[in-house]
Amino acid sequence: MDKNNQATHLKKEILIKTIKAFLSNDFGENTRLIPFEMRPKGSEVPYRCCIYKEREILRNRIIASLGFTMEGADDRVLLSSYAQKALEREKPDEHTLTVLELACKGCVPNRIFVTDLCQGCVARPCLENCKFGAISIVNGKSQIDSSKCKNCTKCIQVCPYYAIVKLVVPCESVCPVDAISKDEQGHARIDFDKCISCGKCVSVCPFGAIHEKSQIIDILLKIRQGKKVVAMIAPSIAGQLPCNIYQLKTALLKCGFSDVVEVAQGADITAKNEAKEFNERMQEGAPFMTTSCCAGYNNLVDKHLSEIAPYRSETKTPMYYTAEICKQKDPEAVTVFVSPCVAKKSEALKNPNVDYVMNYEEMGALFVAYKIELSELEPTPFEVESSREGRNFGITGGVAKSVEAADNGKSEVKAHLVNGINKESIRALKGFAKKGECEFGNLIEVMCCEGGCVGGNDCLNTVRTATKSINDFTKDSKPIAE
Amino acid sequence: MNKIKVKLCMGTTCFVMGASELQELVDILPEKFGDKVEVQCATCLDLCSSSSEGQAPYAMVDYTVISKATVESVINEVERKLKNGQE
Repeated sequence: MDKNNQATHLKKEILIKTIKAFLSNDFGENTRLIPFEMRPKGSEVPYRCCIYKEREILRNRIIASLGFTMEGADDRVLLSSYAQKALEREKPDEHTLTVLELACKGCVPNRIFVTDLCQGCVARPCLENCKFGAISIVNGKSQIDSSKCKNCTKCIQVCPYYAIVKLVVPCESVCPVDAISKDEQGHARIDFDKCISCGKCVSVCPFGAIHEKSQIIDILLKIRQGKKVVAMIAPSIAGQLPCNIYQLKTALLKCGFSDVVEVAQGADITAKNEAKEFNERMQEGAPFMTTSCCAGYNNLVDKHLSEIAPYRSETKTPMYYTAEICKQKDPEAVTVFVSPCVAKKSEALKNPNVDYVMNYEEMGALFVAYKIELSELEPTPFEVESSREGRNFGITGGVAKSVEAADNGKSEVKAHLVNGINKESIRALKGFAKKGECEFGNLIEVMCCEGGCVGGNDCLNTVRTATKSINDFTKDSKPIAE
Repeated sequence: MNKIKVKLCMGTTCFVMGASELQELVDILPEKFGDKVEVQCATCLDLCSSSSEGQAPYAMVDYTVISKATVESVINEVERKLKNGQE
């Protein structure tokens, strides 16, 4: 689904209002009033059956923005109490996603359906071509017996009137690991043992029923308590907002962060270590090695693809090295990874050096709430300037290129890019592991999102313009191999 | 005939709320309407300060303000203006 849609718009609006409530003099009360402010008495009811349901779903969305799980939540608890509870929380919740059952439409199950466009023709290619005998003619028109239909879509392809359609459940269809399915009531449920936190279901649900649990309130609270909160900005951030990363640093400092560091700095370490590891592995006769910096891919390997684990690089992620540097410099610092995707939230939960994650949508909402006009800000320099390659990590092909550049001609690198994790690419990766060879290259770069991190589920800009901005920005950065 | 002036707001609020998509118009509009339109990305049109950020992103086609602007809604407004201008 296109990023520019009303469900994402609504989620961002709620984040802005939640942050504004936090910054106001009465967090609890102003949070409680958000649904009423957004749907005042007598206002239009744009999406649901009545204004009360609209407000209730908004209430659910706010609870997720406050960082809570909606599965099994108590309807009787006031929003103001949730706001209070958010302030008392010590650690972020375990799972990264939550389904708002009330917002979930409970889509009809995946199936093939004959529409009224069926002309009841003489040729009846649907009937002739169905291998499973699922089609019969009732009152002169085709009908599908769902108990026999195997969803092969042959009838769709052969109908001359395009009268047969496939009804899909967007979240189920997009999930690469079958982690989302319907419960007895037909509502979506996430199986967290299987979920790799790729965020694809969040992006595709047309009802905006799947939310990321935000940690923004926890972060703002640490700032308010006077802690030194350090923002670690992911490389894909350049081009996400109408400013450069130096102005972005100024903006984050204005919001109360004590320092801002580029994760590209950690990416440089990742690239160098990975190049060294690649060289060693190749000398030992390994057929190929896969990268290891994408959190979605790492979750996939850990939960579903153990056969490829021996081929995955042991090198840590850019976030890991950057957080390590920050904590070594100041063990008391609270570290916040500024992220393009929800998958990094799951990685951060496993890394004691990363305290919180703020995604790009949440960061954008923060700037709106603070009324910061980014393009008018003065730039602030970084203590350490990162390399061109490190800054390109967030674009498909960027990691492979930086490993190649850091290797500096020592090995023969032939990169193969897996641009997006889906059922097809998972099958391909399984095949490489099973055969112990990859005919397309010896360095396999795996990116969970199409386009790389710039295609992450929390990105604000389109992949095309974001990629262009990063390229324009990095062309003058220093090369990694110097 | 005077050129139709299209201003796309690229202020923080508008950008966060979806103006990133509107940048595409910088290429699309001249391709579609030639020199009949002039497109410009503005820093902030200051339309968000008076109402809710829920109405962002904003664009302006001459003096008409478009809220919750999309690539399509801006194109439609330009077309409407061109048609009215010819009458």
